[in-house]
Amino acid sequence: MKRTTLLLAAAAAVALVLPFAVKDAYWVNLAVLALMAAQMGAAWNLVGGYAGQASLGHAAFYGVGAYTSTLLLINFGWNPWLGMLAGGLVAAILSAVFGWSCFRLKGHYFTMATIAVAEIVQIVFTNWEYAGTAVGLSIPMDRQGLAAMVFSDKVSYYWLALALLALTLLATWAVERSFLGFYFRAIKDEPDAARSVGIDIARYKQVALSLSAFFTAIGGSLYAQKELYIDPGSVLSTALSIKMALVSILGGVGTLFGPVIGSMVLTVIEELSRATFGGSGRGTDTVIYAGLIVVVAVFYPSGILGWFKERAARRQARREGEDAEQVRAAAQDASPLAAPAHESAGASL
Amino acid sequence: MTADLLFQTLASGVLIGLIYALVAIGLTMIFGVMDIVNFAHGEFLMLGMYSSFWLFALFALDPLITLPLTVLMLFAFGMLLYKLVVKRIIDAPPLSQIFTTFGLMLLFRGLAQFFWKPDYRTIEGSIASGSVHLAHFQLGRPQVVAGAGAIVVTLVVWWFLHRTKLGAALEATASDKEAARLMGIDSHRMFGLAWGIGAACAGAAGALLSTFFPIFPEVGANFILIAFVVVNLGGFGSVAGAFWAGILVGVIEVMGGLLIGPQYKMAIVLGLFLAVLMFRPQGLMGRTQ
Repeated sequence: MKRTTLLLAAAAAVALVLPFAVKDAYWVNLAVLALMAAQMGAAWNLVGGYAGQASLGHAAFYGVGAYTSTLLLINFGWNPWLGMLAGGLVAAILSAVFGWSCFRLKGHYFTMATIAVAEIVQIVFTNWEYAGTAVGLSIPMDRQGLAAMVFSDKVSYYWLALALLALTLLATWAVERSFLGFYFRAIKDEPDAARSVGIDIARYKQVALSLSAFFTAIGGSLYAQKELYIDPGSVLSTALSIKMALVSILGGVGTLFGPVIGSMVLTVIEELSRATFGGSGRGTDTVIYAGLIVVVAVFYPSGILGWFKERAARRQARREGEDAEQVRAAAQDASPLAAPAHESAGASL
Repeated sequence: MTADLLFQTLASGVLIGLIYALVAIGLTMIFGVMDIVNFAHGEFLMLGMYSSFWLFALFALDPLITLPLTVLMLFAFGMLLYKLVVKRIIDAPPLSQIFTTFGLMLLFRGLAQFFWKPDYRTIEGSIASGSVHLAHFQLGRPQVVAGAGAIVVTLVVWWFLHRTKLGAALEATASDKEAARLMGIDSHRMFGLAWGIGAACAGAAGALLSTFFPIFPEVGANFILIAFVVVNLGGFGSVAGAFWAGILVGVIEVMGGLLIGPQYKMAIVLGLFLAVLMFRPQGLMGRTQ
């Protein structure tokens, strides 16, 4: 516990000092991208990790967030902060439709349905005159500053992305500690038992999805304000949905800091392979990225954090001289994908 | 709208639907036997197309002549993929299964781009080029040949499943893994076989498509979502269901394109998919379990 607190403090210190130590715009931008990926992973994690509903259609929420704030800004002069909030709410409402059509399905069926819903949303936006069709929308740069959420420097976006990530993690932490976290885990691990003790499964799945959609959409609005340009390909693609799930899976599904770790690792690998092989135009970076997904999914199904926890559990067990059966049980207990997560697991790191 | 146009559209829908059916049969078989959704299935099709293309470009062999070779190669590839990767994730949580096949999908696309460049390639001058005249209707000969080929391959698969011992063993594994194992059927062998046949079907579809469809690393993306829709409509694991559902989806797609607009045809198909998932999760022709 103490070591966890120390690690957390160290990570926070690094995050706060980084922009003062690193001035190069390329690296700052990379850090912003990593923070944004961590934030969307954390938002996905609420429903995909804690409640165990593996959505691959979350780009729909991200895109709706981005489009809502941008359209409100361009056409009605809404302040982007207000637009961001509106985008989150619109996405939460959309998630009711999403949930209604997908939640009666389980496992693979659910996942495929989420892909279909997101694809339909993307097709609609690609052909929707008002939303700029496939051409996309641009945000004017005429007003800058904190109120307009448009900055000429990357560092400001760094702080914004960091704050948004902190907010999302704080919300996740609060959920984890409350009865909601308990219900979500029950829905994920023991749906039948949960139902038998009177938990309204459909309702709490929807709660998880709405929360997740809200925070995903906020991330989308930030993306729009950072890039000052959105189109269906950049904010509504299935590839984006995959990335949200991937950072969580890489780091450890259903853990508080899993998406953060997953995002750091993924961003570094993506950037390294792009810088090393990207110029060849032969997709070497894709090969590395995809190879990594397969290796993680096959060999480390519980992600980086999960792997560490399993190792710690094994060590602990060995120290206590327990028999092999219990070792396996402990390892399984620490795996967020396989079995109920440790009661304190998420909170301790 | 004239009756001619309607008929011609209908016919082309049936023909492309036969290809969809063939792709979906492989997918439904893998799912039926081992409950894993293969997101990399479109890439089998892509590899089948490239196999046809290279045999044509390097040895001037027609895709129709090399079809059996392509099918064999894809069969071996599917088995190999099972042995090397899929075997390890049989008992893994669903999320890692999804991501394994998703990763494979991206990996094969990336490798195809790496080795064969992202260019669009076409096969010109196949024996199947030209057009077929039927009364005063005109249909592309490649499409007609592909449709006929798809029917033949489907019949072969159907014959294998229902008229051979190995096929019966595969069916038995699909309906009850444990019971089949107790009867002395090696599950791993059956799973490998399902992946082999699944890949071979998609490869055959790729070979048949290669005479009239552009060949590029991401071509599988055009077919995988449709294949999911077909598999759902036909009922997971049902070969006959996938066949009829494939034709239905092909017709709905082209008719939707004609009546509402081609840019929405995918949305129509996906909407149908969702509707079926919601109101008839066992598929239009599937049995209730």
